[in-house]
Amino acid sequence: MNGTTLNLSLSHLDELWFQVAGTRCNLSCHHCFISCSPHNNSFGFLPRQQIQDYLRQSVPLSVKGYYFTGGEPFLHPEMTDILIDTLQYGPASVLTNATVLKPEWLSRLEEAHTQSRYSLEFRVSIDGADATTNDPIRGHSTFDRALSGVKLLVDHGFLPIITATRTWNDSEDQLVLDQFIDVLREQGYEHPRIKLLPSLKLGAEEKRSGGYSDHQRITPEMMVGFDTSQLVCEHSRIVTDRGIHVCPILIESSDSLLGEDLETASQQPFKLSHGACFTCYQYGAICSNVAVSNAPAGKAT
Amino acid sequence: MSTRIALFGGVYNNYLALQAAIGMADAVGVDAKYCLGDIGAFGPYPNRSFPLLTDNDVICVQGNYDDSVGNDLSDCQCGYTDARDNHFAKISYDYTLANTNDANKAFLRSLPPEIELEIEGQRLLLCHGSPRRTNEFLWESTTPLHFVDMFLRERNLDLIAATHTGIKWQAKTAIGQFVNVGVLGRPENDGNTHVWFTLLDISSKGIQHRFCPVHYDYQRLGQEMEQEGLPEEFIKTLYSGWWTTCLEVLPQKERAAGCH
Repeated sequence: MNGTTLNLSLSHLDELWFQVAGTRCNLSCHHCFISCSPHNNSFGFLPRQQIQDYLRQSVPLSVKGYYFTGGEPFLHPEMTDILIDTLQYGPASVLTNATVLKPEWLSRLEEAHTQSRYSLEFRVSIDGADATTNDPIRGHSTFDRALSGVKLLVDHGFLPIITATRTWNDSEDQLVLDQFIDVLREQGYEHPRIKLLPSLKLGAEEKRSGGYSDHQRITPEMMVGFDTSQLVCEHSRIVTDRGIHVCPILIESSDSLLGEDLETASQQPFKLSHGACFTCYQYGAICSNVAVSNAPAGKAT
Repeated sequence: MSTRIALFGGVYNNYLALQAAIGMADAVGVDAKYCLGDIGAFGPYPNRSFPLLTDNDVICVQGNYDDSVGNDLSDCQCGYTDARDNHFAKISYDYTLANTNDANKAFLRSLPPEIELEIEGQRLLLCHGSPRRTNEFLWESTTPLHFVDMFLRERNLDLIAATHTGIKWQAKTAIGQFVNVGVLGRPENDGNTHVWFTLLDISSKGIQHRFCPVHYDYQRLGQEMEQEGLPEEFIKTLYSGWWTTCLEVLPQKERAAGCH
């Protein structure tokens, strides 16, 4: 980390992400930070063979885990096979809206997961503990459809991590969590895993609630003594059909494209100049299942 | 020629299990005993573990808890990110910090973050979380074998031993092996009340591991925790063998193996 230029280098490629479904999604959520929709083809699907090549390349690079996002990954016709391929290499996480899942896909994934030494994590986006909160953001009837998807996952032995983008005041978090627990238990999910996320003021969300202000940027002073492992770009890169980008949030920014191969992109530092970098700084690596923490604790008072 | 060593994982103030494990290791005969850190946390009476360690020549690595308590830091550096997990972690840490005496804090400060050994021509690294980070969670289901090989290769090692997660596991990789030695501090979320330590038999031909269950008076420990005002949730874990707190950090497979 260079404290004056705010250029951050990758310490190690722990997480390799794939923009597997490009920007294609069956939903058009009003807060989507890359404005995914059924008609957004600005990023395309990644072919299974290309992903297999990256998985092979990831072994000598000692990658620790693999993440799949979109768009909606399960619009990709080979998503099930891609996840089964990945479980031969390491743990896989897939970020889905759970509205298009099919029992036959989950049966195959359940079997592959049972046979693999590695975890397969499903992260399901639901943006409120009831349809009244969720549907205005994610679309008509998406709450009920997502809950049906959660039930399918639970029926197949998975414990999905429910991720909810915070559209309420922070002070209401516990109330929202309690509501989520009640509604998920009704679906047979006895001990639900729930992760609350801040919104990212990019893409559709920028139009909905306004973008980042000029002062919402990381400054050199803020980096003094800061644990840089909290930032996703310190330990991750993402593959899209255009090349290798710095992080899953910024793929639409021209400066996010760091190279055409993993090795080159891993050696490129990135300038922390975006508003989203500020959110990542505030909340830690929100994209990861569990944020890493190497922060030295302060003295007890 | 072969050498046998005992490896104890996190003690978490469970001095009764530590005492039992030391007795078991001495009974089977070991050439050395090591503790991989986190002497405090979770259980009662933090000062009671220290004489057991020093009087029985248990050589210790510094865990994240040891660093925090030894240096009077504000939190345990366990690496939790969930609010409920952090709530219980704070209760445990504040109790341990307040009840560890100055001499024991000085002992914790003095511990090394890792120990490298060469025994019978085999190279071993003893650490707390991972070779690169004291509080890194290396779970069985989220640690690719090629990731372990990176550390083995970088340090020219035959075996890495760690703890921190609370659940034992072992894997042979292309070039060596990794052993999570388990913990003495609390049962490992499998519905059994016993805890675990690990024996390594080391010879020029290789390293064999054996996980050893430790049965101890968990009811007494539970009563003492109750007397000390520690959370009912912790005591339930002792009696049931199922974790009730610090669950959100568990990956899918390890979480599904539990009942909460």
